[in-house]
Amino acid sequence: MGLVTPELGTFIWMLLAFAIVLFILKKFAWKPILSALKEREESIEGALRSAERAKEEMAALQADNERILQEARKEREAMLKEAKEMGGKLVSEAKQKATLEADKVIESARINIESEKSAALNEIKAQVAILSVEIAEKILRQQFADDQQQKDYFKKLMDEVKLN
Amino acid sequence: MKNIHRFLLIFFFALSVIPVFAFGDEHAEPASQETHEKEKFEPGSFIMDHIADSYDWHVFSIGDFHATMPLPVIVYSQHSGFHMFMSSNFHHGHSTYNGFLIAKEGEYRGKVVEMVNGHEVRPFDISMTKNVVSMLISMAILLWVFISVAKSYTNSKGKAPKGMQSLVEPIILFVRDEVAKPAIGEKRYEKHLPYLLSIFFFIWLNNLMGMVPFFPGGANVTGNITITLVLALFTFVITTINGNKAYWKDIFNTPGVPWWLKFPIPLMPLVEVMGVFTKPFVLMVRLFANITAGHMIVLAFVSLIFIFGQISPGLGYGTSVVSVLFMVFMNMLELLVGLIQAYVFTLLSALYFGMATEEHH
Repeated sequence: MGLVTPELGTFIWMLLAFAIVLFILKKFAWKPILSALKEREESIEGALRSAERAKEEMAALQADNERILQEARKEREAMLKEAKEMGGKLVSEAKQKATLEADKVIESARINIESEKSAALNEIKAQVAILSVEIAEKILRQQFADDQQQKDYFKKLMDEVKLN
Repeated sequence: MKNIHRFLLIFFFALSVIPVFAFGDEHAEPASQETHEKEKFEPGSFIMDHIADSYDWHVFSIGDFHATMPLPVIVYSQHSGFHMFMSSNFHHGHSTYNGFLIAKEGEYRGKVVEMVNGHEVRPFDISMTKNVVSMLISMAILLWVFISVAKSYTNSKGKAPKGMQSLVEPIILFVRDEVAKPAIGEKRYEKHLPYLLSIFFFIWLNNLMGMVPFFPGGANVTGNITITLVLALFTFVITTINGNKAYWKDIFNTPGVPWWLKFPIPLMPLVEVMGVFTKPFVLMVRLFANITAGHMIVLAFVSLIFIFGQISPGLGYGTSVVSVLFMVFMNMLELLVGLIQAYVFTLLSALYFGMATEEHH
């Protein structure tokens, strides 16, 4: 029965010693060990997390770059297209303008010619009138002298006029 | 690695020193007694003597030479007051010293008693027995190992563990992550973790030391009911102190139980209150019984050799082959049991703490 009967002496020693050991271990062993372990785990976790974040940022950056590049490309295309359009438009506009201008010039030339012509005609008319008056005058003078003569003269004058 | 080497060095140094202590204690024993002992082998008392606590620490014997480490006997008697002397004064239990002797028979077999008027009277005995000294040695080892490990943690902060650190770190993490966290809960486990780690390493170390057949092992510390009683008492006290409202309500007014089990006869509370005490009691008995049983089986195999050897020496030699094989097997098993029992004690303690602090919704 001695085996299963607790001994008071052993009990007291164990109680005291274990309580003291528990206290010392808790204060000088477990506390620093557990806090160091926790700290290390936290730092590892933090490092992993920041690495993950950096990776994500990198990916975002890359996507951003890609997007910017795409945009630039699109813009360039648009610009080229616009330039082309602009060029075409300019050319056509210039052509149109040139045609218009040319038309205007031709028109004005035509008007000019017309006016010149009418002026010339008017002058000729005036000249003819003057000549006619002169001829009429001469005819009238001849008429007074001799009929025949008048007639001849008229004829001669007419010939002269023709010669002129 | 360096720390382990140092540990081994100290271990063997301690081994080499013991016989020096012991020499002074050696005395020739009466020849008649010796021959008498050799005549009859009693496996029962042989096993019990090896499992039980003792007042001196037998290190080894070569023939009639017994190297024994004497330990202090501290007793307080109502008749003759306070006494403190070395156990070598008993001459292995053969002599009486100052009226004190080690009882050979009866109720106090193997314990120090005082002869008062022809009666054996047990004094108030706080001797540093083999178990006490072994327990103190194991505690010294624990303190030394873990304080030095703690130092290397603070010295190499944020670095990878090395040496003794990497030996104990996985075990500490195991107790934290597999025992304390799931049993107590993520929020409250930190408060109880130091205690759980302490009992785990204390029980495991003593289980292992109990398997070493020579000094400083060889004492049956965790197979001693008093030691397991104290350990279970610690668990009980911590559980009771930390018990919250819900824990006590579960005991005295168990929810989900028909009212007639609580009133007029408080059947359920009675069972629950009994449970409060049986839990640590079972903890105490389990560890004690497992370790003691393991030692008993090993010693029984040793006894077999002597029993058959008494019949005929040849039979003894023949039995020894089988016995040693079985002993190797048993020791392997005990190695496992030693770890499992430390784990079980820690896990159950953690579960009780978890039950006491659990918050009901």
